[in-house]
Amino acid sequence: MSNEDPIKLFVKQEKIYPKSVSGRYRRLKWIVILVTLSIYYLTPFLRWNRGENAPDQAVLIDLVNAKAYFFWIEIWPQEVYILTGVLILAAITMFIATSLFGRIWCGYLCFQTVWCDLFVWVERVIQGDRNARKKLHEGKWTFNKISKILITHIIWLIIGFLTAGAFVLYFNDAPTLIHNMLQFDVSETVLIFVASLTISTYVMAGFAKEQVCAHMCPYARFQSAMFDRDTLIIGYDERRGEARGKHKRGDSWEGRGACIDCSACVQVCPVGIDIRNGLQMECIACGLCIDACNNIMDKVDLPRGLIRYDTVNHMESAVKGGHEKFNILRIRTIYYALILAIVGGSLIFALANRTLLELHVLHDRNPLFVQLSSGEIRNGYTIKILNKTHENRIYKLSVSGIDGAQIEVKSAGDVNADNLYVAADSVGTYHIFISADVSPSNSRDIMFNLVDSTEKFSSDYKSIFISKKGR
Amino acid sequence: MTDNKKDSDKKIDEFSGVETTGHDWDGIEELNNPMPRWWLWIFYITIIWSIGFWVVYPAWPTISGNTKGMFGYTQAKALKKSQEEITARQKIYLDRFEKASFEEILKDDELYAFAMAGGKAFFKDNCATCHGTGADGAKGYPNLNDDDWLWGGTLPAIYETIKYGARSDHDDTRIGDMPAFGVDEMLEPEEIESVADYVLSLSGSNEHKVDVTKGQVIFAEQCAMCHGEDARGSYDFGAPNLADKIWLYGGSSEDVIESIYNGRAGTMPAWEGRLDENTIRELSIYLHQLGGGQ
Repeated sequence: MSNEDPIKLFVKQEKIYPKSVSGRYRRLKWIVILVTLSIYYLTPFLRWNRGENAPDQAVLIDLVNAKAYFFWIEIWPQEVYILTGVLILAAITMFIATSLFGRIWCGYLCFQTVWCDLFVWVERVIQGDRNARKKLHEGKWTFNKISKILITHIIWLIIGFLTAGAFVLYFNDAPTLIHNMLQFDVSETVLIFVASLTISTYVMAGFAKEQVCAHMCPYARFQSAMFDRDTLIIGYDERRGEARGKHKRGDSWEGRGACIDCSACVQVCPVGIDIRNGLQMECIACGLCIDACNNIMDKVDLPRGLIRYDTVNHMESAVKGGHEKFNILRIRTIYYALILAIVGGSLIFALANRTLLELHVLHDRNPLFVQLSSGEIRNGYTIKILNKTHENRIYKLSVSGIDGAQIEVKSAGDVNADNLYVAADSVGTYHIFISADVSPSNSRDIMFNLVDSTEKFSSDYKSIFISKKGR
Repeated sequence: MTDNKKDSDKKIDEFSGVETTGHDWDGIEELNNPMPRWWLWIFYITIIWSIGFWVVYPAWPTISGNTKGMFGYTQAKALKKSQEEITARQKIYLDRFEKASFEEILKDDELYAFAMAGGKAFFKDNCATCHGTGADGAKGYPNLNDDDWLWGGTLPAIYETIKYGARSDHDDTRIGDMPAFGVDEMLEPEEIESVADYVLSLSGSNEHKVDVTKGQVIFAEQCAMCHGEDARGSYDFGAPNLADKIWLYGGSSEDVIESIYNGRAGTMPAWEGRLDENTIRELSIYLHQLGGGQ
């Protein structure tokens, strides 16, 4: 090897200029973009009446008060497992969709895809299509180039800002926050979030683009675990296409493949691959190459579908002359569906059984118990009452399991076990003492019961009563 | 980055075309690949950035001190400022707390919480050494959670005990003496044993085991003065209630005999002068609310 030709350890990333295309899947992508963006921007403005003491925003994550609202569902930090369940549900749904239909999430629904599409569209409107863009970028820095690139980046930043601005609406009362934003009266937190999300949208959708899918996204990497030979992928029909070659109008199609090697499928690819080389890790299954190829096939009067959504099994059976059906029920899809049903069922169960009152009792750790001068034993507890209703309430505490147990509440003012006040949507904390004339024993069970004054809500908690030192 | 070697001195690695450092280990030569550009730029920027620190913050030593920086910042000043901020935040409550009586504090949610939080912290700093972090005491150190008090369990009484101490060097200290009946030969050993039997019978410890009439007579002569006819003690002398189930120095026969034989005089320092008025009041409320307050 000579000095002029040293080995290169890294390949410099080539810039991709995806060509615009029209067709069935491109149209579908536009519809999906429209729908997903509408959901994203309109959701914070939906209202949901929850009464006087609670916010009326349908979807709201109230970090300050540690509450999350989703229409009729309300979640306290203690119920974060519901969020975990939702995430598991989302993951399994994606798994099942992937094993059936391939990477439709990546190709149509992923925010990276949606925003990249939006950014490339802006680029195209300002700078022209693939060839014009390529020429502009590789050309000299003229006034024309500077102004076009500058306008593109300004629009990108505006889109980034609008993205970030909508994101923070989910964490605040949307109309109030917009009103405050217009008057430049927002908190530091909001500013930091808006700034960082603006920058990340701008960088990810403007510069990183397909690199995110190829190198950053974990899903792109482990999706192959959900693939099998019955998964819908984008496939190039080699049997029909090869041997490829240029074709002039009027030439015979005898002895050659249908692919005219026009590279239309390569030019439109947003991740810069050649689908004719087979399924590749970078392919996000967006279907734009299908549109591109179908348009060409129409022009040369050949049937569509040289590149198409298909499964490996289906394609191979066609080669053998057979016609295997799409196999939807597979072990993989059945157990994904099973997990989906179990998690979904538990989640519905958890939500249906959500209580509006919760009692937590923490036994004092130091001292574990106190002997009184009468010989009675006294234990201290901190009780926490979670009032999840939107009204102020008064609760009554009682204990059972120990004969003659007396409850004493230590608090400011005249508070006793019959009038424990807890404000709407908040946690009330009281320190209480239980005294009883019991013989020494390591510990015995004691049951706490809390009932609200209307007797609509009640909650139990099992704790211990200690009356002996040592083990 | 580059040295002044002539081009002819440079050794170029044949395989990769990269210059080598000339270091050779058993035929393996080290390549002299340049640092990545981005790394170098960050390095240069940090150097420039550090100059900003020299200008803004105290940095270089001089003969008589150090450079002061643009804003005269020091960590000592920053600490003082943050302490002042905390004091100012506390002052809102402390001013109200100072003016309020014990009764008013017990009725006010905010002042109550303020006193309990402050009292808890001050207790752990100052009192826990003897009384334990849970205030449950030890042999000779009273448990402050229970309802048995040597010098009284009302708020003013607790306040006074903390302020002046017990058998302390303060002029207004709580004081009371338990004589050493055995050491000073005020009672014969058998008499001490009978008194101990009688005292233990009061709280039901060995009621039916021995005849206590002898001890009862001695008690009436020698002990009732401070501990009371009914042995229920006296807050005036810090004389413990002997008829309850709580024993400061242990409730076995040996423990009681030891107490009578040697006498007892537990001490507690006076906290006036060491803790300010508000702190003592916070501590009083904290202890009163531990469960035994009267």
